[in-house]
Amino acid sequence: MSASPRVAANNAPARKKQLALVIDLNVCVGCHACVTSCKEWNTSGSAGPLVDQNAYGANPTGTFFNRVQTFEVGTFPNTQTVHFPKSCLHCEDPPCVPVCPTGASYKRPEDGIVLVDYDKCIGCKYCAWACPYGAREIDEDRKVMTKCTLCVDRIYDKNLAPEDRKPACVKACPTNARLFGDIHDPSSEAAVAIRERGGYALMPEWETQPANHYLPRKITEIIAQVERES
Amino acid sequence: MHPAFSVILFTTLAGAAQGLVVAIAVAGLAGAVLPPTFVLTSLGVAFVVLMLGLVASTFHLGRPERAWRAVLMWRTSWLSREVIVLPAFIAVVALWLLLAWTGAAQGLVPLLMIAALVLSALLWVCTAMIYACLKFIQEWAHPLTLVNYVLLGLASGLLLAAALGSLTGAGAFALAAAQWGLGFTVLGAITRIASLVRNAGIRHASTLQSATGIRGNNLRQTSMGMSAGAFNTREFFHGKPLWLVKRIKHAFLVLAFVVPVLLLALALSTGASAWLLLAFVVQYVGLIAERWFFFAQARHPQNLYYQVVS
Amino acid sequence: MSLGKLLSSAPLHDPLADPAPGTNNEVKTTTCYMCACRCGIRVHLRDGQVRYIDGNPEHPINRGVICAKGASGIMKQHSPARLTQPLLRKQGSERGAGEFEPISWERALDILTERLAKLRATDPKKFALFTGRDQMQALTGLFARQFGTPNYAAHGGFCSVNMAAGMIYSIGGSFWEFGGPDLDRAKLFIMIGTAEDHHSNPLKIALSKFKRDGGRFISINPVRTGYSAIADEWIPVRPGSDGALFMALIHELIAADLIDREFLARYTNAPNLVVLDGGERDGLFAFDPEAGALPDGRNPHNKLVWDRKTNAAQRAQTDAARDVDPVLEGRYTLADGTPVATAFELLKDRVKECTPEWAEQITGISAQRIRKLAREIGETAMHQAFELPIAWTDVWGTQHSSVTGRPVAFHAMRGLAAHSNGFQTVRALSVLMSLIGTIDRPGGFRHKAPYPRHIVPNYRTIHSPEQVQPNTPLPAGPLGFPAHPDELAIHDDGTPIRIDKAFSWEHPLSAHGMMHNVITNAVRGDPYRIDTLLIFMANMAWNSTMNTMQVRAMMNERDEAGEYKLPFLVVCDAFQSEMVAFADLVLPDTTYLERHDALSMLDRPISEFDGPCDSVRVPVVPPTGDTRAFQEVLVDLAARLKLPAFITPEGTPKYRDYPDFIVNFEAKPGIGFLMGWRGADGSKSLKGEPNPKQWEMYAKNNCVFHHTMPESMQYMRNWNRDYLEFSLEMGFRQKSDAIQLAIYSDALQSFRLAARGKGTKRLPPAELRERIDTYFDPLPFWYAPLEDAVSDTTSFPLHAITQRPMAMYHSWDSQNAWLRQIHSHNYLFVNPGTAQAAGVADGGWMWVESQWGSVRCMARYSEAVDPGTVWTWNAIGKGKSAWQLDAAADESRKGFLLNHLISEDLPFAGRRISNSDPITGQAGWYDVRVRIRPAAPDEPAESSPQIDAVPAAPGVFGRVAEAVMFFARGKK
Ligand SMILES: Nc1nc2c(c(=O)[nH]1)N[C@H]1C(S)=C(S)[C@@H](COP(=O)(O)OP(=O)(O)OC[C@H]3O[C@@H](n4cnc5c(=O)[nH]c(N)nc54)[C@H](O)[C@@H]3O)O[C@H]1N2
Ligand SMILES: Nc1nc2c(c(=O)[nH]1)N[C@H]1C(S)=C(S)[C@@H](COP(=O)(O)OP(=O)(O)OC[C@H]3O[C@@H](n4cnc5c(=O)[nH]c(N)nc54)[C@H](O)[C@@H]3O)O[C@H]1N2
Ligand code: SF4
Ligand code: SF4
Ligand code: SF4
Ligand code: SF4
Ligand code: SF4
Ligand SMILES: [Mo]
Repeated sequence: MSASPRVAANNAPARKKQLALVIDLNVCVGCHACVTSCKEWNTSGSAGPLVDQNAYGANPTGTFFNRVQTFEVGTFPNTQTVHFPKSCLHCEDPPCVPVCPTGASYKRPEDGIVLVDYDKCIGCKYCAWACPYGAREIDEDRKVMTKCTLCVDRIYDKNLAPEDRKPACVKACPTNARLFGDIHDPSSEAAVAIRERGGYALMPEWETQPANHYLPRKITEIIAQVERES
Repeated sequence: MHPAFSVILFTTLAGAAQGLVVAIAVAGLAGAVLPPTFVLTSLGVAFVVLMLGLVASTFHLGRPERAWRAVLMWRTSWLSREVIVLPAFIAVVALWLLLAWTGAAQGLVPLLMIAALVLSALLWVCTAMIYACLKFIQEWAHPLTLVNYVLLGLASGLLLAAALGSLTGAGAFALAAAQWGLGFTVLGAITRIASLVRNAGIRHASTLQSATGIRGNNLRQTSMGMSAGAFNTREFFHGKPLWLVKRIKHAFLVLAFVVPVLLLALALSTGASAWLLLAFVVQYVGLIAERWFFFAQARHPQNLYYQVVS
Repeated sequence: MSLGKLLSSAPLHDPLADPAPGTNNEVKTTTCYMCACRCGIRVHLRDGQVRYIDGNPEHPINRGVICAKGASGIMKQHSPARLTQPLLRKQGSERGAGEFEPISWERALDILTERLAKLRATDPKKFALFTGRDQMQALTGLFARQFGTPNYAAHGGFCSVNMAAGMIYSIGGSFWEFGGPDLDRAKLFIMIGTAEDHHSNPLKIALSKFKRDGGRFISINPVRTGYSAIADEWIPVRPGSDGALFMALIHELIAADLIDREFLARYTNAPNLVVLDGGERDGLFAFDPEAGALPDGRNPHNKLVWDRKTNAAQRAQTDAARDVDPVLEGRYTLADGTPVATAFELLKDRVKECTPEWAEQITGISAQRIRKLAREIGETAMHQAFELPIAWTDVWGTQHSSVTGRPVAFHAMRGLAAHSNGFQTVRALSVLMSLIGTIDRPGGFRHKAPYPRHIVPNYRTIHSPEQVQPNTPLPAGPLGFPAHPDELAIHDDGTPIRIDKAFSWEHPLSAHGMMHNVITNAVRGDPYRIDTLLIFMANMAWNSTMNTMQVRAMMNERDEAGEYKLPFLVVCDAFQSEMVAFADLVLPDTTYLERHDALSMLDRPISEFDGPCDSVRVPVVPPTGDTRAFQEVLVDLAARLKLPAFITPEGTPKYRDYPDFIVNFEAKPGIGFLMGWRGADGSKSLKGEPNPKQWEMYAKNNCVFHHTMPESMQYMRNWNRDYLEFSLEMGFRQKSDAIQLAIYSDALQSFRLAARGKGTKRLPPAELRERIDTYFDPLPFWYAPLEDAVSDTTSFPLHAITQRPMAMYHSWDSQNAWLRQIHSHNYLFVNPGTAQAAGVADGGWMWVESQWGSVRCMARYSEAVDPGTVWTWNAIGKGKSAWQLDAAADESRKGFLLNHLISEDLPFAGRRISNSDPITGQAGWYDVRVRIRPAAPDEPAESSPQIDAVPAAPGVFGRVAEAVMFFARGKK
């Protein structure tokens, strides 16, 4: 998949800021650090607390803004195992926003972050239906919709040291597989990575223009090939 | 999708009430003279049913105390529009009921009938569009969704009207309503089957490939990243075995269409109002199954991400 | 709220607002202990409550990152399973039933003191102290030694002693905490049998940087998950066969001459001459009596080489002035007529038959692929070598203007270690690494202080029963590294001195003890009965024991007199684990956020390649309930028992408490538990008088002390004069001589000689002779894991192994509300072909059976596993209601433990012998052979075996915790 045209060229006309994550599937080892760091930050931050149900019982379940999944490709021994983190993609044309009857689901004009206003939300879940990515989770305790906030309460927090003003998951990630930045700023680390390393969007068929991008797993070698060569 | 009972109840109840109101409004506007008891009963039933639907729909809300907020985004949200249209429709029905009851200001009644027709139509559009506008739920994103909401609402409303009519001495009207109801039931069956046929042939635009961007053959999920499930595994999956889903499909085809048609035929040939009532009840039950299936059949692309526990 | 605001489209909820205005926010630094990696963390407190934990960017280990476990520390602090007061088993209740009455600490300590004082005064070895996943062996070891019991060990024996010993006996250091791959400069990285490791975050940091910098990463593992997932190449290998792969690689490298001959000649014992006369010294090195007359591995510097110039035997490495040019190959005859050959010559002979085709049969890796791998390793090491302009002086006085980089790095862990052939496999890997000269060189393997140590390290444990005396400290540490049969802890008749039979003929080099056999041996009274077993931080009733159900039953076994065969069982834990239910006395520990801890140089510090590093934990929240840090308890108990190191000459306690002990205890003058901020005013580093403010200074400095050595001391440390002198000075070593790499292990040969009745009066018992003779081969070799010989591999064709999930630490994270949502139960991963052939459905219930036991579990198809192997995540399955989980919790209902399939011993010579490496006693976790079949449709959809539920112990938070969970509620 090629780079999304929206972020691509250096000479694109100046656009408004669009903050996003770029996830590098080449180095993600599936450690779930981003998953629990996210939960931990947000549960005590402005998005929280994030509920846990049956915390010590059967079927423990709760709200997380970020999940790391695992996929396999190919057949043994030519198998690739791909760890795949997924949180809200902060779509540039987010279908979850216009459907919201209350305006609780909104996209911030200043930085493109898609948020839920917990004080307006009526918990109708319609926005979650309208998100093709399964990026929203109802908080079964507070009965409001929740989702990744791109750590909006960290990245602008003047009480934090400048190097800490990054999403919790980005700071946690031991492999630095999560890049954060303004993808409309062609010189940002995120935009450069998308441009130069084939960053792609999920489900391009719905034209949601996800701001988050993924850097494809580079498959350098497979066994069949090695054996053919030697 | 996971069929929420409150939504099933709301859409089916409101649909029937709308059909009922439309039936008497059209009859009224067409100049038919309906016995007042019948009108009163019908409007009363419509009002109660609509209120029931309204209550049912708020059960679906996490924060019903804030439900009023839902009127704010009518510019973009079909749900918001529905939230506006529904009370308006109820208000019109209520006013009409009041006038019918008190006999006051009868001059306003035709206006209310027109308003009821318009609002009912709008309500069908809103309700249907709530689903049809979600383009990636391909089972829903089709004009047939709207057509079916309208036709099935009309059919059940007409059957209800027929039943009520025959019970309250509006025999002629009941007969007409039953005939029309039969027509709409058959029409509804045709369009609903059409949508089933269409849905069976859908090639889902989203695949595991497009969802993940991972290239290569034999792509499979081995873990969805949690072992006991989450909102994502509850809200978007019906969680029922395939055989049950299939059985419910057959059940709704039989209950919503085949049996009512037979019962209507019976009613029309014998003129016994019990058959009409039974036809409505059976069809309503069928429509509950139909609505359940409507939700269950919808394949949300997010499910691609939540398939396997390990 | 005004109507305008209420209706406005502007957000009502300000996402940038302080979520808890008016609260008191504080950040404290300490060291994580959600696993053994020991990252620096910042604990963010709000009104004194932990709200957020992130990585400390100033910390050398994790540089600001954190892992899934570390970030979930809050929920461990709020575990419902927290023990909060000392407990005594209820009179008359069975062990395992978990019925307790709360008692005071004073009573608990009285009970212990009375009992232990009696044992110490009569037969100190009747007290055994075994510790699990702790990081305070310097203190626990000291306590045991002072007490006078040899029956002490930590978890290393069931963990990775093969990795530690295999490498330490070969190169003087090891992976694990003692060294690792230099990924900053490597070009090729080969990771073998590693899932998660102790170096969790640092490895991830290094791995991704390595990949981004264009390095090539190959993973050799039967399973492709985690790290292996991002490998450029995955080489699936059959479990237990890596040794054959390494032998074939050595074969190929030598054949292609892609080896570092200069390095071998100078820095290893490859050119040393081995006596081949069939006599008393057969197979040992020929030596120069003038340079110290010792016949074996205990004196490395008197050996001979064949000098090319004089064409005669000469003393090996000496001072720089001497001009000896040792040949690597050949067979010679000494002046006295003794036939000799170089060690390298013998290695060449050894690998002659180890062709890639031979290895293909064993490993399942095709011969082409092995050849390609060998070529890639050799060519990268030899042809992509580079010089770093770092001047250094070798131990013989030669000055070097640069260090050579050989950019092939390896890393291996329990995939090699946890097999009964692991020691020799790890030896083979060490020899392979030595052949290409990647030891302590840029881009290869790098040591971490206090390693490298002598080969064999100069730490000897006791060797005679006389050394165990009432009321007397042991004259040696309870653990050590035997270099010769004379150094075994055995009686004259060859029977073991230790309860776990470590350092006996059964497992002579069991440098970390054999914790996995303690309970079985003690209950069987084999070699003898003990009185009190104190278990600290180990869940021996569940996941760290093999044969779990029987071990649980054994703890309840009584003798004819109705007394428990294991009379008194003390458990120190912080949580209600499966083990707690079996305790007679429970000592409730603090958590890592509540206590002082020293991660000391005297133990396993967190050193970096560039220099020694130690760190501490300081309490960030007060202890919960009536808990006490085990360290405090030990220091207190030691004084009550009047252990000499813990009392003043007047007999009063010498140390106020554990922090006081850490500050003031000196192993040698100036050397204590911590290196940083020593000297009366804290101005000295590494060495110096105790500093009363040492803790505060650590606390102020991110809780870590990192000494960066000059670059000239950072490489070639086995032979680096400045470094070796430094390590002597610091007490890391007792000598500053060179540490020549052992291609050929004369230490092993001395055991083999004993088995042949030579070289010593200490001969192994007859039934063990052949075993010692076979496995104590001075050259590495591959043999099938011992389990294969006693298994019908056609009935049990599959290998079964486990892996650590990155988001769980052994058994102890299932109490963590966040982590258990990620892994609340486990599946058995099976290759689809294998599963289908057995009729097992994806997601279906199935049986896995070994000859020792069977488990019902659920299957998950995976193409990322060798078809001859099945695997699962380790330690997810739980005993019913342990850890204060609901009886219906997924962990016990659907989760399972593979341990039920593994036997802790194997039939041997008409009796049983530990299911462990015959050399080191490393538990053979990954040797078990299994078969699979579908569960019948009418069987319950529940894992098997199941155990009975236990009640919540008094004082355990239990369900109440859910109500008090401070996050969950309150804010709407
Ligand atoms: N099948 C199989 N079995 C294995 C392995 C395998 O790979 N496969 N691996 C083996 C290996 S390498 C190891 S190291 C062992 C590990 O096994 P164990 O050493 O038993 O480790 P844990 O299960 O983590 O349990 C240690 C105990 O420490 C307690 N604990 C946690 N924090 C504290 C604390 O602060 N203070 C105190 N006092 N106690 C605390 C926990 O509650 C728990 O009861 O398992 C071994 N078992
Ligand atoms: N998250 C987390 N981290 C941990 C722990 C934990 O429980 N959780 N435990 C800590 C402890 S105590 C330890 S000892 C370390 C252990 O760290 P590791 O050694 O990484 O632990 P294991 O999970 O035992 O990994 C063994 C790996 O070897 C593979 N393997 C098995 N048999 C063979 C074989 O014959 N050949 C090869 N080539 N590979 C094989 C397995 O597939 C698996 O990938 O991890 C430590 N770190
Ligand atoms: S990922 Fe989903 S929730 Fe996030 S912006 Fe896009 S549509 Fe909305
Ligand atoms: S759940 Fe909340 S945010 Fe989502 S559509 Fe409903 S009101 Fe809007
Ligand atoms: S950006 Fe913040 S909220 Fe979003 S996934 Fe990362 S940590 Fe969670
Ligand atoms: S923290 Fe980083 S490496 Fe770990 S799962 Fe998340 S993205 Fe992957
Ligand atoms: S790797 Fe271990 S020490 Fe480091 S943060 Fe994770 S749990 Fe804590
Ligand atoms: Mo371990």
